This record gives sequence, structure tokens and C-alpha cells, in this order.
Amino acid sequence: MRTPKALILRAAGTNCDVETAVAFKMVGATAVTAHIDEVKQGRVRLMDHDILVFPGGFTYGDDISAGKVLANELKAHLRELRGFIRSGRPVLGICNGFQVLVKCGLLPQTPSNEQTASLSFNDSNRFEARWVRLRINLQSQSLFIRGLPEIIELPVAHGEGKFVVKSPKVLEHLKKTRAILMQYVNEEGKFAGYPYNPNGSLFNIAAITNPEGNCLGLMPHPERFITRWHHPNWTRQTFLKDGVGLEIFRNAVTYVAS
Amino acid sequence: MSRPLPATDAAAWPQWACAPVKALQDLSARHGWSLSADELKAVQAHFAALKREPTRAEVEMLAQSWSEHCRHKTFRSPIRLKDGRSTRLIKSLLEDTLMAATRKLAKPWCLSVFKDNAGVVEFDKRWALAYKVETHNHPCAIEPYGGAETGVGGVIRDVLGVGLGAKPVLNTDVFCFCPPDYAGELPEGVLHPRRTLTCVVAGVRDYGNRMGIPTAAGAVYFDEGYRFNPLVFVGTVGLMPHGAVHTSIQPGDAVVAIGGRTGRDGLHGATFSSTGLDKGVDSTAVQIGHAICEKRVLDALLRARSAKLYRALTDCGAGGFSSAVGEMAARVQGKGGARVDLAKALLKVSDLEPWEVWLSEAQERMVLAVPPKNLKALQELMAAESVEACVLGEFTSTGRIEVLHGEQRIVDLDLDFVHDGLPLREQAALWEAPKTEPPAPLRLDGERCAQILRWAVSHLNVCSREWIIRQYDHEVQGGTVVKPLQGIQHDGPGDACVIWPIAVTEDPSDYRGFAVAHGINPALGKDPYAMALACVDEALANLVCVGADVSKAALLDNFCWGSPKDPRQLGALVRAAEGCRDAALGFETPFISGKDSLHNEFIDAKGRAVPIPGTLLISAIAPVPDIRRALTMDMKGPRNALYIVGRTAGALGGSLLAQHLELHAAPCPEVDVRAARDAYRKISLAAQKGLLLSAHDLSEGGLAAAASEMGFSGDTGVEIDLDKLPRAKDAAGEAALLFSETPSRILLEVSPECEKEFLKALRGTLCARIGTTLANPVLRILGLDGRIHFEEGLRDLKALWQKTLPEKLLVGLNARNGGKR
Repeated sequence: MRTPKALILRAAGTNCDVETAVAFKMVGATAVTAHIDEVKQGRVRLMDHDILVFPGGFTYGDDISAGKVLANELKAHLRELRGFIRSGRPVLGICNGFQVLVKCGLLPQTPSNEQTASLSFNDSNRFEARWVRLRINLQSQSLFIRGLPEIIELPVAHGEGKFVVKSPKVLEHLKKTRAILMQYVNEEGKFAGYPYNPNGSLFNIAAITNPEGNCLGLMPHPERFITRWHHPNWTRQTFLKDGVGLEIFRNAVTYVAS
Repeated sequence: MSRPLPATDAAAWPQWACAPVKALQDLSARHGWSLSADELKAVQAHFAALKREPTRAEVEMLAQSWSEHCRHKTFRSPIRLKDGRSTRLIKSLLEDTLMAATRKLAKPWCLSVFKDNAGVVEFDKRWALAYKVETHNHPCAIEPYGGAETGVGGVIRDVLGVGLGAKPVLNTDVFCFCPPDYAGELPEGVLHPRRTLTCVVAGVRDYGNRMGIPTAAGAVYFDEGYRFNPLVFVGTVGLMPHGAVHTSIQPGDAVVAIGGRTGRDGLHGATFSSTGLDKGVDSTAVQIGHAICEKRVLDALLRARSAKLYRALTDCGAGGFSSAVGEMAARVQGKGGARVDLAKALLKVSDLEPWEVWLSEAQERMVLAVPPKNLKALQELMAAESVEACVLGEFTSTGRIEVLHGEQRIVDLDLDFVHDGLPLREQAALWEAPKTEPPAPLRLDGERCAQILRWAVSHLNVCSREWIIRQYDHEVQGGTVVKPLQGIQHDGPGDACVIWPIAVTEDPSDYRGFAVAHGINPALGKDPYAMALACVDEALANLVCVGADVSKAALLDNFCWGSPKDPRQLGALVRAAEGCRDAALGFETPFISGKDSLHNEFIDAKGRAVPIPGTLLISAIAPVPDIRRALTMDMKGPRNALYIVGRTAGALGGSLLAQHLELHAAPCPEVDVRAARDAYRKISLAAQKGLLLSAHDLSEGGLAAAASEMGFSGDTGVEIDLDKLPRAKDAAGEAALLFSETPSRILLEVSPECEKEFLKALRGTLCARIGTTLANPVLRILGLDGRIHFEEGLRDLKALWQKTLPEKLLVGLNARNGGKR
């Protein structure tokens, strides 16, 4: 069996690329980290890779708004990107990467590539880092969540993570296509407002997918929970599922390999 | 923005050869050089011997490199100390205290100490840890957001610029502020502490988060003594391969500047921070930061380091190119030297005077020594990472620093004069031991003790720092395995953080990590010697509490004091430095780096100097042999045994209890260094064997506060029998036992199955079982008579502990919105 190749795309201000690469290596993939300029100049070709990742960070300082500048840069390559997604290969946008996918119109997926949602400033008006509980929509087609329990824990760290939509229709469509993949909940698995919903996201949305399930954007950081020692309560042995973030990467790699 | 006078302004630029010292002093004051009469005379004599006039750029360069900020004159000049009736001469405070201790300890794992941008110690056989802590006090007083940002940016560049460069893996931040709800009068130009606090936190947050470096260790200390001069300490830890620790520069290597462009921002930073503050200070002395520019530099440099494209580098900090190039020139093999042409520098604005280019402290710049054959490859790599680079000149072996601007020669100085020409002058210091009264027995009933506890946990110096910590991305790089906020709800006050640097080693099968902690307690300032011992002790105790190996701990010092021209201030500083030396020797923990920031004083309207409380920050770093054995401070559950290590003494000086009861003459506690060292090593080993469940050191608020914090962080109750507490004779009465802040004490939670082996591991150490953990979340204290002294609900105590800081920040906002100002 061939080793799957994950392409981790970085730009000035990307800062979660190394730990994301470590996660892919732990599940047996080859991780290639490339600068966006190398893709623009044709020195690195998207289609040579099996998995594409937009990691976390502050690309271009999040000037204008989070992820906006990189999103605009990507728009010039949208055909290729859409082709990559249409080919069914896994695409993952984490935190700033999610912001990028939303702002270049890839998520929520629309026929016209129009941006129909955004990730706006947190209701607290501050950058915040904390662990959250997430309820996974197990009915979704997403290839990233196989074998995961309904409730998981992951950390978030962002200042602009409040998911908002352009019109109520967008939310209806997301619900109908089972594209809402993860929602912020409390210990009882219920919607509970701040701080369980750390940013005030509409409908407690933390992650969305395309209806086909191969393109995932999420605010939480799965690459920060790849061993049990990453969990804030590992010294108490009271976590739900250990290293659950790693499973998200493993699912992508297993999917490609099979 | 005021334009500085050009060098050609004849009226402003006297003939140096015949100018009286007074005229030169006026000149120095006008240009903000902070040069003393002696130093001006030395410059005058140097150029008289050369039979020529100095240029503006030359004097500016000398002023920068001779500043307190760059040269640490106070720590390097002889001091005559009058200590009570005796007088003694200290040749160099730095050499005789901190460096002497490190030299004597001669630890083989210290790889580079007191010479490079940061101290470097061994992490494992492949990697080394570099740690540096800087202050950015003066800039934060004037422009807190920019000052904090550039403070963080600067210390990151220090670590990027150590050896061949280390990859930053942790940022630390410690602040001393006036309480944010301060209601007193503040003179014009002094910012309210609430504004200083919120803007400094925002600056640290925005720069550190954008750089992708976790900010995961720190402290905040509040005292009204900081109302004019807040203190901001920022630190960075980096990892580098052993082969990158040492560098050498060859004559002929190119001088290459990379990163940000040079502008007028940050002129005179070094000299301005070497004087006191008054309302006339110009905010152009504070620079503007640009984190993404520095992030590109970081990415590019790490690639260039792997490709071995350069031979040495340093950051442009205080003094800009003049100090970066000047300092590297001195490291060139042979006589050293450098020749640069500033016309080649990339500028932000075109109307800079040549001397301004030479001195500008514009941010995000590094200087590299590049073998000419690598220039093309380096320039290509920089371009690929969108980093601007320019070749300014070359390193030479002429022993001179030569600076041209096109055809114009603006500096031609002997390197020896720049680096060794500074006249050292004997300083007078005075020390008088404070008058104290022996502790008197305190008889306070249970209700009163409970009341003091509620006051203590909601005290600004004890309360939760969550409001600050949550704003930092403390988990980026995926290595923060013991987080700053701990416990069942992820909100308890951790003693230290543990970093597992897999984003550098890329090897998750290697479980080695490191821990970083701090010790700071200006409340002990009346006895600076005791304060230094207590600070070192606290930093090490914090490391022990997360399971670090303290036998390989290394220390960093940061002294922040008033003007050393005041003999009493200097005397206190000497006592603090001597305390550091004795602590280092006693604990066998070497100092590896340090920094002093003096002149932290405010000149009030009547011309009187108001100094800050003398403040010492000790930062400590130690390896954690196996992060899977690390500890947190939250209690893990009911029916476990609670042990205390160390003896409780009655000296209450500097404690919250003394503050509460106004016991101003209470003596400061002493540290039994030998006993503490022995105990810490044994606890370290017990932790590595997995015999401990939780650990927390006793600091502000003593046993009562520490037990409360452990309990409410784990939602677990605690019962403590005060009669079981090992204590000195002078520690009489429940209040003293509950709230004494005697150093070197640690509370440990041990499961019943491990108790026997635990006691074996701690044999020879003063250690006693004082209580048990309970299912019901209460703190129950049994008094000396065996009856319940008081019982308090831990959830209520937690609520008090959590609400203080947000409330005090909010109170101000409400007052402002209510139109009171």
C-alpha cells in the first residue's frame, strides 16, 4: 500500500503547520509542508497530493479580517482547488484554515463559489483559548469522524470564530444537507451559551462539512489533542476519549489508503 | 513628531575640543544621551588625542553602547558599600555575585552563560534550551500596547539570535502593576493602571499569538508603588541543536541585514530607558511592532540555519545597527572590525539622517554574518519567504568600526574604545538592616481566621489570573502538557507549565520535556537579601510542584530598581544580588542569564524622585525527565493523605497576614537552603516514581490559601489538623500557622496505597501528615485544641477568588461610563 501524501499549505503567519505535520506522521502519512508561493509558481502541484490541509495561524496577520487575504489569493486557484475537492480527496481547514475556506466560498459549498457565511469576532470581543465539548452529527457523510463518539473534547484558540450566515436560507441548507458537523455543548451534551459556546456562533456551530463529506472546516484544533497528555485533565484520568484529535487525521489517511 | 537636529546645525553642535563640560552636558541633555560628565570628558579626551572632532553619529553610537541599558554600568563598576558600621568594596557586582556562583558550581550542562543573547543549557544529548527574560518597563509606561508588543518581539529575537538561532517554544510574562481600581490622583502623562494592564496584556497577546508561540507561564503582582512605573518582564525559551550554540565570524563575511526596514521609530530607546521618567518623554522612543514580519524572519532563519548559510547572527535591539554590528564586529576572529555603507540599508522613509539609520531601533531586524559564497543562496531563500535582505558591508580585521553613507564617512572608531573606553566610576552604597520586632503570639478565633481567608483569596495578589491567561494561545505548537490553568474545570492556579517540545523534535515517542516557573515577592523588599533567597526558593518550589528535576534547574535574574545614584537604592540592590549568589550556591542552581533595569523612578512636580519597590524576578527552567509523570496542583479525590514538607515559622514579614493586621515591623522569613534543596530533590524523585497525586507550594496566603486552591481546583474537600503542623517555637496560634508565608513549604496529596513508599522516598526530610481529602468540597480546619476552628465552603471561596480581577477591571469601566471622569 502506498503512503498517503498530505500537503500542508502555509503562508506568512501560519503557525500550526509543524504540529499538524507531526499528527499526520503519527498516523503513517507523509506530510509535505509548502509555501503558498510555491503553489502559485507551479513548483508544488496540488493534484500530486492525497490530502490538503490549511492549518491554523494568523495568515498575513489576519489583516482586513481573519483568513481574508489568503482566501483572496486562493480564489485565483479555485478551479484547481474545487477539482481537488470534487475528486473526493480529504480537505481540512483548521481554525485559520476554516476561516480561509469560508472566505473563499468553498464552505458552505455553493454552486457559484459565493461566500455565504463568515467567522466573525467572538462575542467576548477577545481572543480566547479554552477546551470545549463538541457534539458530532453522526448522521453526516463526513469521512473524518468514523468511529468517533458523539461527544468529544478539543481546544479552541481564536478571536474570530463566531460562525454567522448571510441569510437564514444558508442555515436551512446546512441543516438539510447534514453539513453541520460539530456543535458546542456543555457537560450534559446540551447547548448552553458562553463559555461552552466560546464565541457566540450561530446554532453553536463549530465545524461544517460539504455534503459529500470530504471537505471539513473546524474552529477547534484536533492537532492539539493527539496524545492523552494534551488533555487538560490527563493527571485526573477524566477525559472522554484520549487523543481524539489524532483520530480525525487517521480517518483522512485511512480513507485515502483504502 | 519632533525632528532631531542635524549634525550640521552649528549652533547646536559646539567645538568639542574646547567646549566646557557644562556645554557638553547641556548637549547630552538636549539629545537624550544620558552621558555623565566623566563619560563626556572621556569622549572629549579621545577625540582630542585623535586631533579631530567627533561626528554626531560617533557620539550617538558611544552614548548608546555606554548606556546603562547596554553596558550595565551599575553591575560592572566598583561599589563601596557601607553596611552598618563596616565598609567593603565590591569590584563588580555581576562578577562577584551571580557569575561567581555560576563559575563555582561549574555545571557541565551549562552550555553558554552570561555571554550570548540568552543563557543556554542542555535539554538532552541532541537539543539545548535557550532562555532569556527581558524587561520593557519604560516603553510600557508611555505606550503600553506598543511597549509590550515590542518587548515580546525583542526577546523572541534575542532567542532567535542566540548562537545560530533557537526556535522559540514558550513565552513567559510577568507584570508588576498598580491595582487596576486605583482611585488616587495621577499626574499628567501617567496612564491609569487599568489602561496599562489591559493594553500590556493585549500587546503580549497579539504579538505572541501571531508568532505562534505559547504564552504559558507568568505572574502578576500588584502594588501602588508601581503607579508611575509599571514593570513588564517578557521571556522566551527556544530549542536549538547543540551544534548551533557556538559561532565564529571570519573577516570578509558579509554584514547582511534582514527583516523589517529601518525607520525613525525607536530612536534613543537605550538611553531613554537609562533615566527616570517625567512628563516630557517623547513617545517616538517607543517602537511599532509587526508580528507577521518577525514570523517570516523566524521561518526564513530556521531554514537558513538548516542550510548552514550564515556563520553568526544577532538581533537589532537597543541601539539598532550600531550595537548589533558593533557587537558582532568584536567577535570577528583576530582584531575584529566591520565596514558598512548605510546607503545600502532599506528604509521606511527616505529623509533619515545617516546617524538615524545607524541608531534606529526599528523592529523585526536581524544582522547576519554570511560567507560571500552563500550570499546568493541566502538572498534566494529570504525572497522565497518574503523577507527583505540587504548587504550592508563586511566584517574586517582592522579593529575599527567604519560606517559610511555613500561617500560620507560618519563613524570611524576604535572598537576597543567603543567597548572598553567607558570610564568606570566607584559608586557609593548604603545598607542598614531594617528594625524588626520578634513575632508575638496571635490569638484569633475561627470566625476571624475564616474572614481573613476570604479576604486573602480575593486579594489581588492571590486571585485568579484567568482573565489574562485565556487571552494567550497557551497551547499552540501542541506541547503544553501541564497548562497554566489546571484542575477539573481547567481554571486552577498552576505553579508552572510543562512543555513537551514535539513541534521541534517532531518525535512523540520521546517523553522528555521542561518546566518553567517564577519567583517574585516585592513585599519582602525591606530585606532584599531575604527576598532574593525567597524568590529563588519559590521558583524552585514551583518547578518541584509540576514534577521537574530541580537538580538540573537553571536560574535567570531580573533586577528592577530605582536610581543607583541613590546610595540606599544601590545598597539594597547589592543585598539582593548577594542573596541571589548565596541562593544559587546553596541550591546548586546556576544563574545562566540576567538583566537589570534601573532608574525605575518618577520625577514628580516638585522634582522629587519616587522609586518603585525594589523588585527581583527569578525565572527558573528545569527538565522534566518524563512528562507522563508530571503533576498538577488540583486535588484528585477524597480519602487521600495530605502531607506538608517544611517547617512553619512565625516570621510574618511581607505576608498578607502582616498586611492585614498592619504588623509593619514583622521580620522577613529566612530560608534554610540546605534543607530545602534536599527536600526538593526528594520530592522530584518521588514525583518521577509516580508517588504523588498533586503538589502546590505555599506562597501568598500561606497554608490556608494553598489548601483552598488545591481543594477548589479539584472540587475536593480538605481537612487539616493544625496541631500536626511541624512548626518553630515562634509560630504560635492558629492564625500564624494558617497564614504564615514561610518559604520552602509544599503541600502534597498522596494516595493511601503510595504512602509507605512516599515516606521512604522522603526519609530525612521534615514532612508530616496533616490531613485528609474529603468528598464534600469544604475546607475544615482543626484548631490546636482539636476542635473545628472553622469550616468554609470551597465553591464559595472559589467564587471569591475568581471574581476579583474581572470585577476590578470592570469597576473602572463602569465608573468611566457613568461619566465620573
